[in-house]
Amino acid sequence: MVALSIKNLVKVYANGIEALKGIDLDVAEGDFFALLGPNGAGKTTMIGIITSLVTKTAGNVRVFGHDIDTDLNAAKACIGVVPQEINLNTFDRVSNIVINQAGFYGMTVREAKPRAQQVLEQLKLWDRRNDIARNLSGGMKRRLMIARALVHSPKLLILDEPTAGVDIEIRRTMWRFLRDLNESGTTIILTTHYLEEAENLCRHVAIIDDGEVIQNHPMDDFLRTLKQQNFIINTRDRVTEVPTLDGCLVHQLKDFELEIVVQRDHDLNNVFAELSDAGIQVISMRNKTNRLEELFFNLTDRSDPGVPPETADQPGTEA
Amino acid sequence: MKITRQLVTFQTLVRKEMSRVIRIWVQTIVPPIITMSLYFIIFGNLIGRRIGQMDGFDYMQYIAPGLIMMSVIQNSYGNVVSSFFGAKFQKHLEEMLVSPMPTYAIILGYVAGGVLRGLIVGTIVTMIALFFTELHIANIFITISMVLLTATVFALAGLINAIFARKFDDVTIIPAFVLAPLTYLGGIFYSITLLPEFAQKVSLFNPILYMVNAFRYGMLGISDIDIRAAYGITLLFIVALFSTSMILINRGIGIRE
Repeated sequence: MVALSIKNLVKVYANGIEALKGIDLDVAEGDFFALLGPNGAGKTTMIGIITSLVTKTAGNVRVFGHDIDTDLNAAKACIGVVPQEINLNTFDRVSNIVINQAGFYGMTVREAKPRAQQVLEQLKLWDRRNDIARNLSGGMKRRLMIARALVHSPKLLILDEPTAGVDIEIRRTMWRFLRDLNESGTTIILTTHYLEEAENLCRHVAIIDDGEVIQNHPMDDFLRTLKQQNFIINTRDRVTEVPTLDGCLVHQLKDFELEIVVQRDHDLNNVFAELSDAGIQVISMRNKTNRLEELFFNLTDRSDPGVPPETADQPGTEA
Repeated sequence: MKITRQLVTFQTLVRKEMSRVIRIWVQTIVPPIITMSLYFIIFGNLIGRRIGQMDGFDYMQYIAPGLIMMSVIQNSYGNVVSSFFGAKFQKHLEEMLVSPMPTYAIILGYVAGGVLRGLIVGTIVTMIALFFTELHIANIFITISMVLLTATVFALAGLINAIFARKFDDVTIIPAFVLAPLTYLGGIFYSITLLPEFAQKVSLFNPILYMVNAFRYGMLGISDIDIRAAYGITLLFIVALFSTSMILINRGIGIRE
């Protein structure tokens, strides 16, 4: 079943800005879907329309088959949303915020209390349940917003930059939590500027730019379109002469560090063999940027609009 | 959503609103008590003794129903306008907007919060009044029904103010420039029979005059206006303001982009 179906969605704001220019998008039930795009691309506007916080100009949105024009409340009941901005009642207690949210979905206090305890425990906030929300750290507020969005057990969870400003430890805890949640059957749509996050978590990716969907593919297919990868290698000994490698570009970054640009069809074993022949011992190796970030940058970079992106193919154009 | 579940959404909002009133009681309960005590001391006790009787009652007795009603009006209005605008400003109004909570439950929830605060403050002001004068209830039904209906009118008016408000200034303009003059000129401190004929006729366009006089009729058994007109006007305002609120929220005016 399709969890979210968007057809020809258009949003023109009162000031004339065309935020969405006819978006078509389907998200399958159970998917972990990355919705990416640069700032101002239209992601938050689209989420606002799905959650009825923004009025659409034209188009059609269905959530688990419920049309938001004719069956809005049924559609809303399926959705949990974690917005980009902190929108908590910061003067209220943590437990009250979650229990009240359950109440707005029709859950009695008796039903809401055990569920609130469950989600607060899952998000490591149960010990802080009696705290006033404004006394929580930024990361805790983000987790509280996730707990609030989950209290009514939505089938579709929409996360608009949920890990913005969160330290890496909490971010990784949240990743584990979201992965488990998705495996338990909740469809998740994630927007994020941390592309490693999207690459790690999501199985499908769509990129929006300037109000239009410019890419929409399974994550693996999309990543395979990368033509070349940039690796940084650290060497055991000082590199005195930059080696020449067959089919690769090599730059020396530091005394013990090289950058190697490798074409996608090039065998890495050959690279290591050639390095070894040149007397260079590799002690570590990493991607210069993550693959999704590389593709995203190529697709949305406006720094030189006359030059088409060259490091990516279109998925499906090559075997 | 089933009607029982809709009722839960309403109860949730009322509970949330009441916990807010209690949590910030220094802002919501104490100031009107101090203000009204000063009115009783200055206008009732000090100046009132020189004024003597009005419509057969001591001046203190005469103004007590008006002052109680004024506290109810100001607090029911103030509660909703500040709470709803605060929720808009902090964006936690979105908690309700993204949920399947029906519009009427949002309106009734905020209105109930305003009415309850109005009643709490009104009750405390009544108790304060008893320190200064004797109060009798001439008609309990009119007294209670009129205070409830009036609180509802001003809670709804506060909601509409908050819907349109874009900044904090906008939530103080209407109370300062519209509500306060209408309240002070609404027969709280005087009978309109004391006014020149033209001013009497102008006063009849002030809806607060009807509400204050109907409430005074409930307590003292005297009124400058026909009680049936007071009920008619008050109910008309409730229907008009509730319908307006429904339309505004359903269209997303002031709350959705």
